[in-house]
Amino acid sequence: MSEVTDEEPLLRVHGLSKFYGNRVGCQDVSFELWPGEVLAVVGESGSGKTTLLNGLSARLMPTSGSVSYRMRDGAWREVYRMSEAERRLLMRTDWGFVHQNPADGLRMTVSAGANVGERLMAVGERHYGNIRATATDWLGRVEIAADRLDDAPRAFSGGMRQRLQIARNLVTAPRFMFMDEPTGGLDVSVQARLLDLLRGLVREMGLAAIVVTHDLAVARLLSDRMVVMKDGRMVETGLTDRVLDDPHAPYTQLLVSSILQV
Amino acid sequence: MSATANLATYNFAYLDEQTKRMIRRAILKAIAVPGYQVPFASREMPMPYGWGTGGVQVTAAVIGPDDVLKVIDQGADDTTNAVSIRAFFQKVARVAVTTRTAEATIIQTRHRIPEAPLAAGQVLVYQVPIPEPLRFLEPRETETRKMHALEEYGLMHVKLYEDIARHGHIATTYAYPVKVEGRYVMDPSPTPKFDNPKMHMSPALQLFGAGREKRIYAVPPFTRVESLDFEDHPFEIQRFDAPCALCGSTGVYLDEVILDDRGGRMFVCSDTDHCESRRAAEPAAQTPAETLR
Repeated sequence: MSEVTDEEPLLRVHGLSKFYGNRVGCQDVSFELWPGEVLAVVGESGSGKTTLLNGLSARLMPTSGSVSYRMRDGAWREVYRMSEAERRLLMRTDWGFVHQNPADGLRMTVSAGANVGERLMAVGERHYGNIRATATDWLGRVEIAADRLDDAPRAFSGGMRQRLQIARNLVTAPRFMFMDEPTGGLDVSVQARLLDLLRGLVREMGLAAIVVTHDLAVARLLSDRMVVMKDGRMVETGLTDRVLDDPHAPYTQLLVSSILQV
Repeated sequence: MSATANLATYNFAYLDEQTKRMIRRAILKAIAVPGYQVPFASREMPMPYGWGTGGVQVTAAVIGPDDVLKVIDQGADDTTNAVSIRAFFQKVARVAVTTRTAEATIIQTRHRIPEAPLAAGQVLVYQVPIPEPLRFLEPRETETRKMHALEEYGLMHVKLYEDIARHGHIATTYAYPVKVEGRYVMDPSPTPKFDNPKMHMSPALQLFGAGREKRIYAVPPFTRVESLDFEDHPFEIQRFDAPCALCGSTGVYLDEVILDDRGGRMFVCSDTDHCESRRAAEPAAQTPAETLR
């Protein structure tokens, strides 16, 4: 773990609940996330992982509860009390969101360079040469050859698309990333390289991240701390290694013992 | 009964007064918020969508008995669309018409701004097919409205970036996006980008009507209109190698005219009124087209 000099958390979630009519999306979720910390949210399908992620990332208005974020100037802001303009600015500068399906997070019809440059242009960068240089640099950092800069992501493989999506999000040097099954749908060797890359970037940039996954191996590799979800509730939380090696809740024990040993 | 007598059953300028008031309200709002697209209840007109129904409705709402109307289509006064719309208003509003830019009080245009500078008191009415500059980048209307509201125009530059990445320069030559009074990004209708600088600080009032899309927007007189660009790829207008083959004008927008099927061609002014007035002023000048014969 890189050194965390900050004395305060980055994100505070208190009593977050989301109901779809009578059905529970997630209920009474509370936790804190510290700068540079990676939190994994694990659980089976339908356990409320995605609802929680959307609720945290200002994409889905929760039924009750609050999400507070410490801005770059140190002020605490409640995410759902901000104006929409502020929220959208926050989402494209200080936050990132990596979708499971890269097509949801990329513009498939414009070139890789424009995909990476979009956030820069959105915050007012108006120098073509600089945008292009930054995009080239970022493609290199996510291991995409520089000669693919002007290709559309349609011409990219699944793993490359996912790496491009990561570059597109990181170009404004955010402090906080959301990742929804970042390695889902990729074959294992590609997964391994992507995880390696993500681990490097998270450490290097001091990123805080919330990673939703159903893959416990991904959670073990990427995360410092872990939240286990079941039927919309948090059933267990703790350091990743502790939760995986010494699960307390019966459901977590079941989950851990269900991993296939090769 | 004569055709004119039948027309007595029509209101002045074809539209009924309630409709005109509705359109005028939209126009006033559009003038108050330069570059903002105001929705309006576009009517069926006796012409198909895409033939200038938006422009005709705006003209019908602002025209009065004392107005002098000029209609141009791609700069020309004598093409089908221009002739029909001019005849339409002659019939339904009995207004005077002209082809002279300086004499007109209202100029309805499809895709050109006259070469002669416009004066205060003139109204330029544009026919607009697609008013939303972000449409081909973001198909959702809900989203584009939000982007205008929150002034999120990064996407517009993504398009210009793509142009440079693919062609080495900004290859958009018409419907070139502009920012109006430092706020709204606006589609200047498919005028060539050659005409964009003419919109900037123009003394004339510029009104835009999109009939099918049901939007009206405006640029009031003396309003800043800046074409979007990059610092290292600044906005440029088209340049032509040769002057107009008929009147010898330089620094005007030229049309290519194919003369035969053996590759013969000439470049002439797209603005027919400009070309004719120049030729009338110098009747002795030999035109290259005549020399060819």
